[in-house]
Order: sequence, then C-alpha cells, then structure tokens
Amino acid sequence: MKTFDYVRPSTVVDAIAAAAAPGAAYLAAGTNLLDLMKGGVVSPKRLVDVTRLPGLDRIERLPDGGTRIGALVRNADLAHDSEFAKSYPAVAEALLSGASAQLRNAATVGGNLMQRTRCSYFYDAASACNKRSPGAGCDAREGENRLHAVLGWSDACIATHPSDFCVPLVALDAVVEIEGRDGGREIPVQFFHRLPGDAPERDSVLEPGELIVAVRLPGEARTFAAHARYLKLRERTSYAFAVVSAAACLKIEQGIIKDARLALGGVAAKPWRAREAEDALIGAHPDAAAYRWAAEAALAGAKPSGNNAFKIELAQRIIIRALTLAATGTPARIPALPASPFSSAAGIPHNV
Amino acid sequence: MSFSISLIVNGSPCDVELDDPRVTLLDLLRERLQLTGTKKGCDRGQCGACTVIVDGRRINSCLALAVSHDGADLLTIEGVATGDRLHPVQAAFITHDGLQCGFCTPGQIMSAIGLIQEGHAADDPERVREGMSGNLCRCGAYAGITEAVLDATAAMALTDRRRSA
Repeated sequence: MKTFDYVRPSTVVDAIAAAAAPGAAYLAAGTNLLDLMKGGVVSPKRLVDVTRLPGLDRIERLPDGGTRIGALVRNADLAHDSEFAKSYPAVAEALLSGASAQLRNAATVGGNLMQRTRCSYFYDAASACNKRSPGAGCDAREGENRLHAVLGWSDACIATHPSDFCVPLVALDAVVEIEGRDGGREIPVQFFHRLPGDAPERDSVLEPGELIVAVRLPGEARTFAAHARYLKLRERTSYAFAVVSAAACLKIEQGIIKDARLALGGVAAKPWRAREAEDALIGAHPDAAAYRWAAEAALAGAKPSGNNAFKIELAQRIIIRALTLAATGTPARIPALPASPFSSAAGIPHNV
Repeated sequence: MSFSISLIVNGSPCDVELDDPRVTLLDLLRERLQLTGTKKGCDRGQCGACTVIVDGRRINSCLALAVSHDGADLLTIEGVATGDRLHPVQAAFITHDGLQCGFCTPGQIMSAIGLIQEGHAADDPERVREGMSGNLCRCGAYAGITEAVLDATAAMALTDRRRSA
C-alpha cells in the first residue's frame, strides 16, 4: 500500500473542503478501499476519514412515510432494524445476503454504493483495464469472463457492479442525497451509477469531492412489503458475490398484479431496473406465464460479452423464481440463508 | 506524520504512537502490542482469521485502519478467558473438536462470540453456519465448529438465566 495523508474532519463542510485536493478519497469503514489500496489498484494521496461526521448514522422515519438512512449506518444495523426490515424486507434480505457478518458489521450504506467492481482484471494491477487505467485496454474481453456483464456493457468495459443492497434500492425508487462544494443535490439511485460507455473509469455521477450523506426510500416503497423478495444465485451458498440476482416487489389485489418492481444485480455495471418487465406484469395474473413474459422482456436487450451467454437464461430463471417467491408472500422472518435459492418456500421446486 | 491514538485492549487502556497511517488494527495488535493470537491469513477480508471485537462488534481487523479507530474498545482472543478458566466458546471448541491445525481458531472463536452476542442464530444450525461463513477453515472442521457454537450458545444462555434468577 502506498502511503497517504490522513485527515479526520469533524464537519461535512470541512470534509468536502479536505476532499477537494487532487487524489483525495473518502474513507468510511474501508472494507473495499483498503483492500483496493493493498492490491495497488487505487492509491489515494489523501484519505478523508468521514467516520466521525455527526448525524450520518441515523435511520429516520420521514413525515411522508419514507425512511432516511444516514450514509454511515452500518449494513448490519440497517438489516437488523426491525421496523426497517418489516417495511423494506427485500432491502434487508439483500443486505444480509452480502459479504460476511464481520464485513456487514463494518461496511456502511454510503460505502456500499461506492464499492468498485470485483472484475479480476480490475483487481490485477498486471492486467490491462480501462476502468483502472483509462485507455489501457480490457483483458477481460478475451479472458475469464463468464461472470461479466450481459446488459449495458461497452467495448471498453464489461465489468459488473457487485452490490446486493443497491438492487432493491433501485427497484424501490430510492434517492441518494449528496453534498458538495456547491451545496446539496439528490439523484435517484437508478441514475447514480454509470454505464461504462467510453469512460468506464467513472463508476458514478459523483463529482470530485462530493459526499453521499444519506439514502432515502420513499413512503410508497413500503406498500410492497407483503410481496417483496431478493434472490441471489452464487457460486457458493454464502459469502460470495452474485452471479445473477433479482429484487422482485409486487402489489397484488383481487388476484391481479396492481404494481410491480423488478431490478437485477450481477448483469451490468449498474443495478439494472427492468421497467419493461414491470410494465408487462402490471394488470396480469400472478402466474408462471406472466413471469416468463416479464423475464423475457427484462433480458430482451441482453447480449453476451464473452463466455457468458448462460447468464441471460439464468437471469430469466432467477426473475421467474423471485417473482414466484414474492407472490407467495414475504416470509415472516428472513430465511436462514438470505436470498438463497436453497432456502425456498414450501412447494416451490429448486429446479425452476 | 505521526498520530497518537488511545485504545482499550482487553480491558486495559493503551496509548499508541503511530508513525504511519497505513497500520491496520491487525498489524497494531500483532506487531506493536505483541498480541499475536489474532492471525493474519489473507490480509484482505476474505478468511476471517483476523476477527476481533471492536466496540462490541466482530470485524475483520485487517481491513480497519488503526488511526481511524482512535478511542475504540478491542477484545481479542487473549482477553476472553478469565485467568485459567476458558471462555465457554473456547471450552466448546475443545469439546467438539472445532479445529485441526488451529490457525483459524482465534478468528473462529471471536466470530462465534460476536455471533452469540448478536443473537440472530440461536439454536438453528443453518443460521449458525450462515453467521460463521466469514471464517474459513482450511482443515474443514466446520461440523465441529457448528456444534461448538450451538453448545456454547446454550451454555451461555443457561448461565445468563441462572444469573438473572
């Protein structure tokens, strides 16, 4: 790890000023950043430690029924907040399916949005990577790429975004609150992360020095609580990133889907909102035919970026499965294996 | 640049001068405080051998900068026994053969203590396995580890009930 200056401001204003210096990076728990620094993937000249900034560690119920989550709330604290988990069960399940208990105890809400891709060529400083080193090329294109993107990728970059948490956030229209030198602004999580295009080095729309201070879920998001699931296929049952995942949230009235939310993880450089699939579901009966139609709509624009055509079919099966589970109803308690296809509701076969 | 930090380590106050901001809690414990019970496995947050309890929460000490944890209260494997009397989790690991080579064991035990305090797994072996998935054991002692955690959870609950009776 290359050395750096370390500063620990005590106000948001001071933090933003300190992070304006070239080569500065914010440090929260550091569970991703320190890993990247140890590997020589990133080498910030200055770390601006935001962990002592006041007021960013609260979960607040808003007057409109929404919830404001401070950027420094730890993943585990959010997932185990019983009021939060009851109101946004797919978000809690996604959080608990990510990383390990130790990492969830440390990692923050803001840091989760800011984590970098786990593409092994991005991580390997000896490989060509346009995200790490713009213009260097992409060794993933001709390399081990079975886990790479099938939606929204470009010739410059085929990496995926690794977050679980962001997938239901995107489905439920969450908003990121940002502070910067010119004041505050907010942006839907859906538009926070960028597709690679010809500038894959820019993961998000954050400008240099801007700081995430909170994530907000609208009040409407809790109206899906009775039929909300997150499902994540991994190469091992726990403590692994998604091969493909899906957040599925439904509103069912008198046997008809009145509203639907669907987003995918592990398929693109950003959490992928599947609006065409949502439109296909609204007004339909919650049955296998509707789910298959929605799944096909969601992946209609997909194409393999390498040896990963299987992910297109797999994503459709995960969507069907997630919708089936969501329609069955949110379980009273998060399953022992959160988001796992091996933690199925009774009567739903494992081999859909 | 040098930094002064104050910690509580296994109940004792401890002031440390850091000459380098890169020092992790893991390196601080092992290299500066000679508390080598906490192990460095991968040093990248993947194996859990470095698990310690910081301000009541189990974390990977390899991914925590010491300078960022000024004022923290640390519990390591050296601090869990009472004199010669083992912590119930330590005793259960011996009873159930929850180890072979022993390298991952301090991290497993600290993680198990954290898991039991969190209170989400209780007597469900699936939840114990899921809750312990951040600790790898290359010898494959997982079956014994799960039994040990379940047994220690029950023993500690019994002790708590007796205390409150």
